[in-house]
Amino acid sequence: MYKILARGDAVELERMIGIFPVEESEGLQAAVDEGVDVGTEGIDSVREHADEFDVVFEATSAKVHSQNAPVYRDLGLFAIDLTPAAVGPYTVPVVNLDDVVHSEDNINMVTCGGQATIPMIHAVDRVIDVGYAEMVSTIASKSAGPGTRHNIDEFTQTTSAGMEAVGGADEGKAIIVLNPAEPPIMMRNTIYAMVPDTVDIAEVRDSIYDMESEIQSYVPGYEVTLDPTVKGQDEVGFDLDGDVIVTTMIEVEGEGQHLPPYAGNLDIMTSAALGAAERIAAQPSAAGALGGDD
Amino acid sequence: MTDADLRLVDMTLRDGMHAVDHQFTPEQMADVAGALDEAEMDVVEMSHGDGMGGSSINYGFAAADTEEYLEAVAPALTDTELSVLLLPGIGTVEELELAASKGADICRIATHVTEADISQEHFEYVDELGLEANGLLMLSHMEPPEKVLEQARLMEEYGADAVYVMDSAGAMLPSDARERVELLVDELSIDVGFHAHNNLGLAIGNTLAAVDAGAVTVDGCLRGLGAGSGNAQLEVLVGTLMKAGYDVNPDFFGTMDAAEEALLPMLDEETMPELDNDSLVLGYAGVYSSFLRHARRVSDEFGLDPRDVLVELGEMGVVGGQEDMITDVAARMAEEGSAAAEASQDDD
Repeated sequence: MYKILARGDAVELERMIGIFPVEESEGLQAAVDEGVDVGTEGIDSVREHADEFDVVFEATSAKVHSQNAPVYRDLGLFAIDLTPAAVGPYTVPVVNLDDVVHSEDNINMVTCGGQATIPMIHAVDRVIDVGYAEMVSTIASKSAGPGTRHNIDEFTQTTSAGMEAVGGADEGKAIIVLNPAEPPIMMRNTIYAMVPDTVDIAEVRDSIYDMESEIQSYVPGYEVTLDPTVKGQDEVGFDLDGDVIVTTMIEVEGEGQHLPPYAGNLDIMTSAALGAAERIAAQPSAAGALGGDD
Repeated sequence: MTDADLRLVDMTLRDGMHAVDHQFTPEQMADVAGALDEAEMDVVEMSHGDGMGGSSINYGFAAADTEEYLEAVAPALTDTELSVLLLPGIGTVEELELAASKGADICRIATHVTEADISQEHFEYVDELGLEANGLLMLSHMEPPEKVLEQARLMEEYGADAVYVMDSAGAMLPSDARERVELLVDELSIDVGFHAHNNLGLAIGNTLAAVDAGAVTVDGCLRGLGAGSGNAQLEVLVGTLMKAGYDVNPDFFGTMDAAEEALLPMLDEETMPELDNDSLVLGYAGVYSSFLRHARRVSDEFGLDPRDVLVELGEMGVVGGQEDMITDVAARMAEEGSAAAEASQDDD
């Protein structure tokens, strides 16, 4: 909500919908305070007010989104799914939004770690084929909510699937680490890409820095912190079979509109979702997908 | 649990995997497991050093996959129970399912000492599988006893049959081990365990202190293999526990034979556990023991002293699993070092 209110350009926030009365819901109370209309009946509120909006951002749970998705379709609403339900295709705005926006009415935002790392896998893969990619996402304990904690396998499974489907790696592996240090650490991600030793590292670096600039257009706190390096057989304790490893490290600082700056993991999800909505709104052909008049 | 006073868990084929960069072959594992079974070891744990699913660029690829290791080790055990390790965030319930289907008896679920609540789904799954579940609180030295208890209670609530105080950095003094174990023994209704590393030369002493404080299940490795300077040396542990008057199952000489005849021929100068300068610094700085070999390689790459890198990592409060930070820190230190060198050149 705060992200849209602060940065929404082509996107306006029409209504915030929850399932509890306003006085019992911190989120709805905040919306009221910001002068945003609210609904308290969940999917029934969506039905009631469906003519007011074109896009629904859903940040409930995988189970709830799976139930709601057909309703959005019937109502002609475009759904941006921030849960791990993945009813629609995995979407990382900077990589594949244009591919899915014409044909789909429901897109899934993978995971925070996926939004941070999949673009970099794609940046390597568009230069040289990535046989295997791996990401390690370290987030501050304080920024990991009960949803993530209760189903941490979903994070690794969804992220690795996105690394393959959107990032282009033949095989992907995702690892998440929670760090309780005080003051809380910024979200850090390491991306390893295994590629043939014929790789032109200068070309890979250029591709990575181009990608960094593109992402910064919708996630200002996104930064490559380690100049991409190449490790060969002598620098690892296992058999590389002739391949080399390209390592890239990035840090994501949140914009701090509502959440603290260390919660870059949460910020990148909302930023990616808003970025997707803005690109949907900007598509001249999107009127149909947005429900509109038909 | 056994009839003996204590249960001994051999982790030569799990924590010991760190010492050999996870390169034991399934055949080697089967040989060691067979020797331990013959020595009547209570439990043998096997997996990648960072648990099932740990085979990766970040932690090092193992020589074989979990399934191949399980298929080699399980048939080598008769009365000895088989344990596997899982770190939520690295491995998933899929690995637990695989381990159960291949004959594992015990699943040990490890989290950082403050993050027990990421393990609930895994404990519930182990319960569904009908296996014994143990909870491992890693880097327990980083938090006071009350915090360790709070997190241990969560694991008990999720269904753990035992919970371990893990001195993953080998940073505890005997009093640290005693205080944590004692509080857990007093307050929990499940068994309490202890896991030592020898980085301060205290693995056996700390384990004895923990047992004295009420720990009933303790970890060790043949010849003291294991991450950092290694774990509690198992044959020494058997001997010292016997001398201290505890009834233990494993055969003393049999355990020694397993170390000398089965394991030793697989090690060389490079993989033999040793309390050297770098591993001493792990214990001193409170850094996760498995960082050692990665830190050496990375420091070599950047022309740094591994001890400086490890101290810096300790000050940052890195936790288990953050091996990628070694490169991050080393790159920054190398850059700062060359900037400082340039600045001093400018002064001349």
